[in-house]
Amino acid sequence: MSVKDYLRERYFPHMWCPGCGHGTVLNSLLRAVEALGLNKNDIVMTSGIGCSARISGYVDFHSLHTIHGRALAFATGVKFSKPELKLLVPMGDGDALAIGGNHFIHAARRNIDMTAIVMNNRIYGMTGGQFSPLSGLDKKATTAPYLTIDNNFDVVELARAAGASFVARTTTYHALEAVDLLKRAIDHKGFSVVEILSQCPTHFGRKNKEGDATNMLELYKANTAKLGSKALKENPSLIARGIFVDETRPEYCEAYEEIIQRATGGKR
Amino acid sequence: MTKSTIKFVQGNEACVEGALYAGIDFFAGYPITPSTEVAELLAARLPQKGGKFIQMEDEIASMCAIIGASLTGHKVMTATSGPGFSLKQEALGYACMAEIPCVVVNVQRGGPSTGNPTHVSQGDVNQARWGTHGDHSIITLTASNHQDVFAMTVDAFNLAETYRTPVILLFDEAVGHMREKLVVPEKGAIPLVDRLRTAVDKGVDYHPYLPREDGRLPMSDFGGDHRYNVTGLFHDMWGFPSNNPSVVNGLLHHLVDKIENNVQAITRYKEYFLEDAEYVLVSYGSSARSAIHLAKNRRARGDRVGVLELQSLWPFPEALIRDRCRGAKAVVVVEMNMGQVMRHVKAVVDEPERVFLANRIDGQLITPTDIKKLLRVIQGMGV
Repeated sequence: MSVKDYLRERYFPHMWCPGCGHGTVLNSLLRAVEALGLNKNDIVMTSGIGCSARISGYVDFHSLHTIHGRALAFATGVKFSKPELKLLVPMGDGDALAIGGNHFIHAARRNIDMTAIVMNNRIYGMTGGQFSPLSGLDKKATTAPYLTIDNNFDVVELARAAGASFVARTTTYHALEAVDLLKRAIDHKGFSVVEILSQCPTHFGRKNKEGDATNMLELYKANTAKLGSKALKENPSLIARGIFVDETRPEYCEAYEEIIQRATGGKR
Repeated sequence: MTKSTIKFVQGNEACVEGALYAGIDFFAGYPITPSTEVAELLAARLPQKGGKFIQMEDEIASMCAIIGASLTGHKVMTATSGPGFSLKQEALGYACMAEIPCVVVNVQRGGPSTGNPTHVSQGDVNQARWGTHGDHSIITLTASNHQDVFAMTVDAFNLAETYRTPVILLFDEAVGHMREKLVVPEKGAIPLVDRLRTAVDKGVDYHPYLPREDGRLPMSDFGGDHRYNVTGLFHDMWGFPSNNPSVVNGLLHHLVDKIENNVQAITRYKEYFLEDAEYVLVSYGSSARSAIHLAKNRRARGDRVGVLELQSLWPFPEALIRDRCRGAKAVVVVEMNMGQVMRHVKAVVDEPERVFLANRIDGQLITPTDIKKLLRVIQGMGV
């Protein structure tokens, strides 16, 4: 199958702005699914609200476009009721970690088998450029005309502390690396998190003088480095990319099978 | 062959028995008084039949999880009370919009806010109808005794599956926590409904949101051969977002009409001594027990008092109420709120000036004496 076979071409052109990184995330994700040889009928993509969330309409999987922040809660219902399905849960930074922060940490704590993809453009794009919990300090946004005073979450550290058994980070500049990380995340048994820094030239780049999409991609190249690399050792202020957590731990749906055994006295 | 069994249970347990009888296989919930027993009992009972119970991180997540599980083809339920019911409203509206069968139990306590958690109230009647934003329609059932809690719970699943809609079971603290006899009928005694599933073959274009002539939409389970989009946005027959005015208009009419055009089929009620009643008591839930008790006492003294007990509150049974209240000297709505059903009764009867409210809002069960006092004033017999 080619990547095109995973798209619902009927619904194109997509609604993302020119230069938006989300199309690159979609591309990397579909290449990962293709490389794993997954059956389209076995995949459910659940998303919330925002620019990122529209990704679920464009893929030819079972798709569930839900309400703001709750994608992981809906996904938990789908997965727990039918564990043989593969759950892909792409979310924006506000979707996943502001309004959806509670579901994010609890899905990680349960280690329920699904892949959360945080498409982090550090801004609320669909509503026109308000700061998010991932914007960070001293950023300009429509709701921060005098710069932000809000600290940002570190998605990797948050996911690790909450109990995610696979945690990785990359950027849209590193699209092939993203394919590889997504493949490993989807293949991982348990709750996996992949943060992908994704440029929003329209609302974040313009206000924060990061230039157009090409300039923003160049910044991802310049400001990040692979885990364990010489560049990162020499300059720890760079954003690390790679796999931060990859552990085997009891998965929630499998653990519940044990509950059923206990409840039935092993008769099932 | 299974036989009917007799139990001595709480109302919340009768609800669980009804859900199991109806074929529930997925429950997501969060602890809250006075509905917690529903979750506790299902945590024990569901895995015994291979079903799934999950305690979610909050009320919102519980509502979202049952919607997700319904889409994979399961019969689902959650249970809560006032504050939790408020939190569930956005996702409840999603289930209305995306037409997801599910059952939501609200064992009412006193409100607003944290209110009176361990005491009885019927203050969520209008919230059940209009709690979520936007025009929509919804089904709400209630009951005054455990046999009816059981029956209405089975009905709630049947109606959810029939109309592809959330159904709210609006019980109250007194019914939820009181203990009385319940007969669980043998399997097969009450017919069960499963959602329609599409007969469209694999590879043939399936339209998940194209209603049949009767308004029903055959579903396809997630994981099956038909991959489609489900969204809370207005959507076309494939489930893809659309703001085309005719699509928006058509969908909203469909969502309302599929329920409002079937009021008669959905209406559930009981009547006591209404044939020649001069005084009609309209009530529901635990208040109806006091109304029925009073009517029996007054009958014994020659007063022609009757009771219309509503078991479905939404869609509002207008025609039934208008008919049963016609010609009455007075209609007394007995409820434990500030007149939430009374206002609707006034709006539909021929003589609204003859409608009165007998209520209690202090967390105590309304008694037959409370109703009698008002009735005597109406009858001109003094306080």
